[in-house]
Amino acid sequence: MKVLTSIITGALLSASGAQAAEYTIDIQNLTRGSVFAPLVVAAHSGSDSLFMVGESASTAVQAMAEGGDISGLVTSLESVGATISNNPAEGLLMAGDSVEVVLNTDSTANTYLSLAGMIVPSNDGFVGLNSLMLPTETGVYHYTLNAYDAGTEANDELRGSGAPGEPGLPVPPPLEEMVGHNATGVEANAEEFVHIHRGVLGDTNAEGGSSDLDAGVHRWLNPVAHLTITVQ
Amino acid sequence: MKSFIFKAQLMAVAVLLSACGSDDDSQPEATLTHYTFEVDVTNMTAAQPLSPVAVMSHGPELELLTVGSTASTELEVLAEGGDNSQLLAMAAEHQTTLATMSGEGVLTPGTTESVTLEFERPDSDDELDMQVSVVSMLVNTNDAVTAINGQSIASLNVGESVTFTGLSYDAGTEANTEHADHIPGPAAAGGMQEGFSEVRDDFVNQVLMHSGVITAADGLETSVLQAEHRWDNPVMLVKVSRIE
Repeated sequence: MKVLTSIITGALLSASGAQAAEYTIDIQNLTRGSVFAPLVVAAHSGSDSLFMVGESASTAVQAMAEGGDISGLVTSLESVGATISNNPAEGLLMAGDSVEVVLNTDSTANTYLSLAGMIVPSNDGFVGLNSLMLPTETGVYHYTLNAYDAGTEANDELRGSGAPGEPGLPVPPPLEEMVGHNATGVEANAEEFVHIHRGVLGDTNAEGGSSDLDAGVHRWLNPVAHLTITVQ
Repeated sequence: MKSFIFKAQLMAVAVLLSACGSDDDSQPEATLTHYTFEVDVTNMTAAQPLSPVAVMSHGPELELLTVGSTASTELEVLAEGGDNSQLLAMAAEHQTTLATMSGEGVLTPGTTESVTLEFERPDSDDELDMQVSVVSMLVNTNDAVTAINGQSIASLNVGESVTFTGLSYDAGTEANTEHADHIPGPAAAGGMQEGFSEVRDDFVNQVLMHSGVITAADGLETSVLQAEHRWDNPVMLVKVSRIE
């Protein structure tokens, strides 16, 4: 049995052209006033993906994007044998901060990299990377990441819930002072497909106006994150 | 009214690193290779003139702009007022710097300026990376800059070129009031148009990606800017060609 297993594994590896490697991955939040909720970073096979632009988000992506809950994505990735880093920053990754992840894909066919984490405060925005083919040659590789909208919730920019399907944006304690109150809300509908986020509007009135977000703090332009992959 | 147009300063610097082990008289002199790079810089924005571009060629570890870190005073002076002289002087002093050059004037939207970098370099330095950096201010802002930051041009052969695009960064040194008294560019005509001020009053004193301008058209009452002054990334195109 043991021999058979290793033969099968060897066959899979050669068939997919996989090369075992250890990757050191640095993720930096480039925004001025947006925070990344817990990130999930994973190497996986070419037949799997976390999300697809233009298609409906899965319930796991919805939970991640609306409330920062990555447990569903982690479970899905585990079920397909992905190499996973679950919440490497151990909580929020503040603006300007970086986190380092080490993924060892030895004995796997996990040759593609994806990541996701909610952008806070937002209704259903997330920083995403979808199936980047991992480099195999020794070197340092740089990439920039964009902000996506899960399309599952209206971008009303009002304080509210992080539970899937419930309106409004969750405000974790570290951001309490930076988010306004009593806005009337931005008119919006859930788009129902994953797309590049159009950005938030915010306003200049912390105690009213149309948005609880601050136009001078919470807006962003892409890219929102910098990814550095080091192959030893 | 203070002008945001600063006199071009031509500061071509050829730094020849003395060969190591100079106490060994028998060591042959280093062989030098002459390099000429043409750097074409294009302003990709709608209505954000770029201040005279600072163009530099250097080795690794020259820290001009580090995202996530506090801006140097030299960068602040460029980011708030468009004056590149201090940043170029800082670069020229760095031991790995090969050449520094300023653009001749303000680079208006849609236009391209060609800046030539010319220097000699000992072949013994070939294992060191050779990089190019370009930094400029978006002058109709409080403290926005665009930069190509230490991109390698070491593998370029004569006749080859490589193209980079520059993102927009907020120096984090001045609050984004968008007020005519605090913006040096032409959009603020009639205001005080202050450039550099040593006060650091942004909500975060770090270089980070710029979030764009809000403008009066979008409800910022203190803003002198209009919808046309908005931009999206990238804002600067840089084509580097090796001539010799």
